[in-house]
Amino acid sequence: MHPAYSVIFFTTASGAGYGLLVWLAMASALRGFPADWALGLIGLGLALALITGGLLSSTAHLGRPERAWRAFSQWRSSWLSREGVLAVATYIPAAILGISWVFYETTQGAVVFASVLASVLAVATVYATGMIYASLPTIRAWNQPLTVPVYVTLALATGGVLFVFVLSLFTPLPTWAIVLPLAAVIAAYFTKRFYWEAVDESPRSLRPENATGLGHLGKVRHLEPPHAQANYVMREMGFKVARKHADKLRRLSAYLMFLVPSVCLLLLLVVSTYTAPLFALVAVIAMGVGVVIERWLFFAEAEHVSMLFYGAEAA
Amino acid sequence: MTSLPQTTKKKLGLVIDLDICVGCQACVTSCKEWNTGGYSAPLSDIDPYGADPHGSWLNRVHGYEVGEGATGRTVHFPRSCLHCETPACVTVCPTGASYKRAEDGIVLVNPDMCIGCKLCSWACPYGAREYDENHGVMKKCTLCVDRIYNTHLAAEDRIPACVRACPTGARHFGDIGDPGSAVSKLVAERGGYDLMPEMGYKPVNKYLPPRDRRDSTTSTFQPAVEAPDHNGGGDRATSFFAWADKMLSR
Repeated sequence: MHPAYSVIFFTTASGAGYGLLVWLAMASALRGFPADWALGLIGLGLALALITGGLLSSTAHLGRPERAWRAFSQWRSSWLSREGVLAVATYIPAAILGISWVFYETTQGAVVFASVLASVLAVATVYATGMIYASLPTIRAWNQPLTVPVYVTLALATGGVLFVFVLSLFTPLPTWAIVLPLAAVIAAYFTKRFYWEAVDESPRSLRPENATGLGHLGKVRHLEPPHAQANYVMREMGFKVARKHADKLRRLSAYLMFLVPSVCLLLLLVVSTYTAPLFALVAVIAMGVGVVIERWLFFAEAEHVSMLFYGAEAA
Repeated sequence: MTSLPQTTKKKLGLVIDLDICVGCQACVTSCKEWNTGGYSAPLSDIDPYGADPHGSWLNRVHGYEVGEGATGRTVHFPRSCLHCETPACVTVCPTGASYKRAEDGIVLVNPDMCIGCKLCSWACPYGAREYDENHGVMKKCTLCVDRIYNTHLAAEDRIPACVRACPTGARHFGDIGDPGSAVSKLVAERGGYDLMPEMGYKPVNKYLPPRDRRDSTTSTFQPAVEAPDHNGGGDRATSFFAWADKMLSR
């Protein structure tokens, strides 16, 4: 599948934004730290900026972005529509939490409901994003039980590392604020690793003989393409990445997404309060680059069934 | 509404005879000609006279080599939207632009509501939907919805442009949901099949498989005139009559 940069940026940035929103909302609801207005402004501001930037970026790959509002209508059948509805719905409790936190410095009482609701909707939005891909039977690498867990755990891990960074700017990091995000990073690593193993082991069971229904006559080879130049279907669905590059990129993304942030988070347990933001920032940057590579691979490695008509050997 | 109708009154679709198709591309050009001025107008072409011409076509004919050696053959394979009974291309649509008509089962895109997100093309296993870069919306076979009910056209023209254009009669149009229809009888008689039934989309369009080969080992042809003796005997007239007899006996 063609890796569209707007969609890669959207899923990674919004994912991190929703993850950060969950960490801030839940930690404030559970009295993890005093409701300092500046922390609320910077933290929730960053979360909402990432979410909004991602959502705006996602409209960049539309042929008719001015009609994007129509995408809220078909939530009964479409995961893309559900994602849009949930994404917008999340703003309401997030705004209530933000106003209360920044202007009134309170995150308790009735605001707790807003925090819990914002967290639930944020996770539901990322879940819907994952389901857009996981629900497509045409793409074996996406139609996997672990596709959605990967999206959700990576959102919580990237958001968790951002949470550590934002918090380190304001207060000495309590141990829970390092250990829990570290647990999220480790959970995301194993989820992604098991996902890669599952994709590699799942059989490429469809062949041109299945696609054309001509297998009973013998081996089917694409002799004459319908046209001289690559068409939309081939450009969109036929993107290929060499296996050896994919293997290298998988390792690179694993180091950047998991190893570097984990080491940084462990060091945060011992380094001084003044150098903590620096270590947290390294974790944020590594995680960001790593997750972009991971998302690029998610598209680039995915094979689409329709390519069987165009000469692909299996899908 | 992108939720699917429970049932459709008719299942209009195409039956494509892979035994007869010669890959002449007449259906392809006829489709483009009609639809670039019809419901799906425009069907844009990008860089049409340049080095990388490409564009939206709703019907494509592939050529496949099937089998090996003496038993191998070329199969010309037209491919367009199959107007599936349970098409995920419709249910994934976030805007309601993609829909399946309850009255006849035709799957359409409303070009005024499509946002060009391309998700429907990802959901189609058959590569039938093609995005129009200039128009910014998705294009697909309409089963010539603007021909088949068009009373301004002569009755014989109220069939899809591809069917009308086919010079060999390899394309048939009708109600595949009606067991008494000519297309249903053809499907039953020739063992018409679905493309990739394992995907679960329940295509309406059917493909008729190539017939068994006829050659010296399977032919029931009995010459009425003895074949000329290649080792010397037999005049020109005899060999002509033998040839004519063979041709007329087909």
